[in-house]
Amino acid sequence: MTGELGQLALCLALALSLAQSFGGLWGPLKNDYRLMAMSRGAALGVFVFSALAFGALTFAYVTSDFSVLAVAQNSHTAKPLIYKISGVWGNHEGSMLLWLLILSLYSAAIATFKAGGERLSAQALGVQGLIAISFLLFVLLTSNPFERLFPQPFEGEGLNPLLQDPGLAFHPPLLYLGYVGMSATFAYAVAALLEARNDAAWVRAARPYALTAWTALTLGIAAGSWWAYYTLGWGGFWFWDPVENASLMPWIVATALLHSMMATERSGAFKSWTLLLSIAAFSFSLIGTFLVRSGVITSVHAFASDPARGVFILLILFVSVAVPLTLFAWRAPKLSPGAAFETLSRETGILINNLVLTVAAVAVLIGTLFPLLNRTISVGAPYYNTVVLSFAAILAIVVPFGPILAWRRGNLGAALYTLRFAAAAAAVAVVATIAIASPGSARGLLAVGLGVWLIAGSISDLARRAGSLRRIGLLPLGAFSVALAHGGLGVTAIGVAGTTVWKSELIRILKPGESAALGGYMLRLDGTEQVQGPNYVADRVSISLLKDGKVVTVVYPEKRSFPTEKMVTTDASIRSNGLEDMYITLGDKREDGGWAVTAYVNPMAPFIWLGAVIAALGGMLGLAVKIRRALGARAGAPAGAKGAVT
Amino acid sequence: MKRAALVLAAALACSPVLAAYDESFPDPVQEERARTLQRELRCPLCQGQSVDESNAKIAQDLRILVRERIAGGQSDEQIKAFLVERYGDFILMSPPVRGDTAFLWFGPALILLLGAGVVATIVRRANRRSASEPQTIDPDLGEPTL
Repeated sequence: MTGELGQLALCLALALSLAQSFGGLWGPLKNDYRLMAMSRGAALGVFVFSALAFGALTFAYVTSDFSVLAVAQNSHTAKPLIYKISGVWGNHEGSMLLWLLILSLYSAAIATFKAGGERLSAQALGVQGLIAISFLLFVLLTSNPFERLFPQPFEGEGLNPLLQDPGLAFHPPLLYLGYVGMSATFAYAVAALLEARNDAAWVRAARPYALTAWTALTLGIAAGSWWAYYTLGWGGFWFWDPVENASLMPWIVATALLHSMMATERSGAFKSWTLLLSIAAFSFSLIGTFLVRSGVITSVHAFASDPARGVFILLILFVSVAVPLTLFAWRAPKLSPGAAFETLSRETGILINNLVLTVAAVAVLIGTLFPLLNRTISVGAPYYNTVVLSFAAILAIVVPFGPILAWRRGNLGAALYTLRFAAAAAAVAVVATIAIASPGSARGLLAVGLGVWLIAGSISDLARRAGSLRRIGLLPLGAFSVALAHGGLGVTAIGVAGTTVWKSELIRILKPGESAALGGYMLRLDGTEQVQGPNYVADRVSISLLKDGKVVTVVYPEKRSFPTEKMVTTDASIRSNGLEDMYITLGDKREDGGWAVTAYVNPMAPFIWLGAVIAALGGMLGLAVKIRRALGARAGAPAGAKGAVT
Repeated sequence: MKRAALVLAAALACSPVLAAYDESFPDPVQEERARTLQRELRCPLCQGQSVDESNAKIAQDLRILVRERIAGGQSDEQIKAFLVERYGDFILMSPPVRGDTAFLWFGPALILLLGAGVVATIVRRANRRSASEPQTIDPDLGEPTL
């Protein structure tokens, strides 16, 4: 029953999407405010029905309704409730439904806030409606989550044990909130092209969406990376896998877009470029969806790949690039001339940022797609580490100058003077790292130096704005957004350097009572016991960590067997003191009662994700300031004023 | 979802890294050489992972092969050449720098250079405009926030 209700809800959402795009695109053309209002109402309706469809599928999972094919294939009665719920999007069909739900959430936000005025927001809704139509058709025609299974099986096939993790609850929704959010910026850009408006109004309207999307994407990527770190069992946190690249490319372009939007809104520079970048950011999201859903890339991803799905998304991608670009070519001559600024100015800084980031995204794209052109080779981590990280290093050198240089006419001497402490701090950090860390590594030292340069540069900028270091606390909250975002990158850089360059490892067979030394600790294997989990049985090994003969802590890594899914997983134990992780994982059990134990000490590992969280916090602060300003403006304006429309 | 897939893929055959233990060399220099070489080879089964990280049977076989050849006195280059002959360039994590991969390796740098040229032109024009217009700095242009 719920399956039919969900199906019906999707069909109604499709019908309402048609109304949403018709009203949104036709209304402004005819200057008909009733049509625009209809578009807004329809957008809210699409959200409600998408949520209903999503709720119906969730209900089917929670109640283990195995007459629904997707549930039978991905769920099991013995699975804990949280994984029944997060399992909804742990497969192709459900995750496309989540994609749709988040798209309609952004549409509902546009309809509610009407940023940019009624006309512009209606057109943005029109574009959002077209995207919704495409993806609703995609879901209904190629990946129906409500497909029935008859006869109904008695028990489901279960969910891959590695997906039975809280990571699945957070990572995909955040990631989608991020890259589906680029649709809102895209929609506003196309709306501006349709209106042929060459002012910065659309940028002002779209920036909060870009910021929301960027923040969510930052957290989503970080959550995924952390999840991989603690589940994969060997301490790796980034693999340059095509599917990871699919989420990284939109992030890089969104970062460039945030900067370019700032320039367009504040000083009127780079109007055309910001339009193009908005289109590009969403295109990269679609490319990502295509890479993941079509299975075109040689990859071991277990997603069922159906050529029809790939072709469908490719078609959506083609239309969403070709139509706006045509529109752009048509409208471009009407757009205003270039801006006026001096060589040493924040505009130049933003140009360099955009250049390096865009090329970095293209480099990732080339690396990801190259194996398609040349099937005999594979492009792995060494390529990306060389190419992309060099770009990152170039960018990191110039980043601290950006916020210090003024718009239009900056003063390099003053900026250098402000950054003198940051440069000194970076130099001290490099010398200190040489002294304490071995082996020496040029890459590692560069990353540490640049990381400290970014962090100290952000603090110097705050001190400059506050007047002195001590008065930083008096700055308005919004002033911290840029510093947090840039400083967060520096924190991540240090974490990446520590974990990849200076990790130490131990691989040893330990019998009960035996111990081995690693990174100042002794690991002693105390014993093994069998434990029963909700839907698995596990060998739990207790290992004591000793320092100077005293037990600091005891860890319990596990080897779990899931009978339903017929899989064995390892559950690593991680003990962190904030500066380094002790990472312990189990290998095979030996016949003599010993265990193969692998342990790593990963210096600075927590910084990798801490940095991302700090950067995202910067994004949230920026967003909070915008929301407060908008609320203030709304409260200040006379009630019902339509004057804000243009 | 993406990560889920990755995790899934890696888990199927390629979970933790322990096989290395059984094969290790007593000599730390030789051991380090073997580890470095293993990291440069892609596991044919778990393509996202190197032979060093993968726990697939084939990866273990390759580790043993690498170690036998190191023990037999072959150079890194000889071992790689043998594996490339057997598995193709695919076995290398890092694609070779050759004519047909030139765009892969040098394309991004080339695009960066071209882009730098465009940026320089934009900046020069903006400069000229800035010089010809009286410099009016908008008082609204305050400090940046995201």
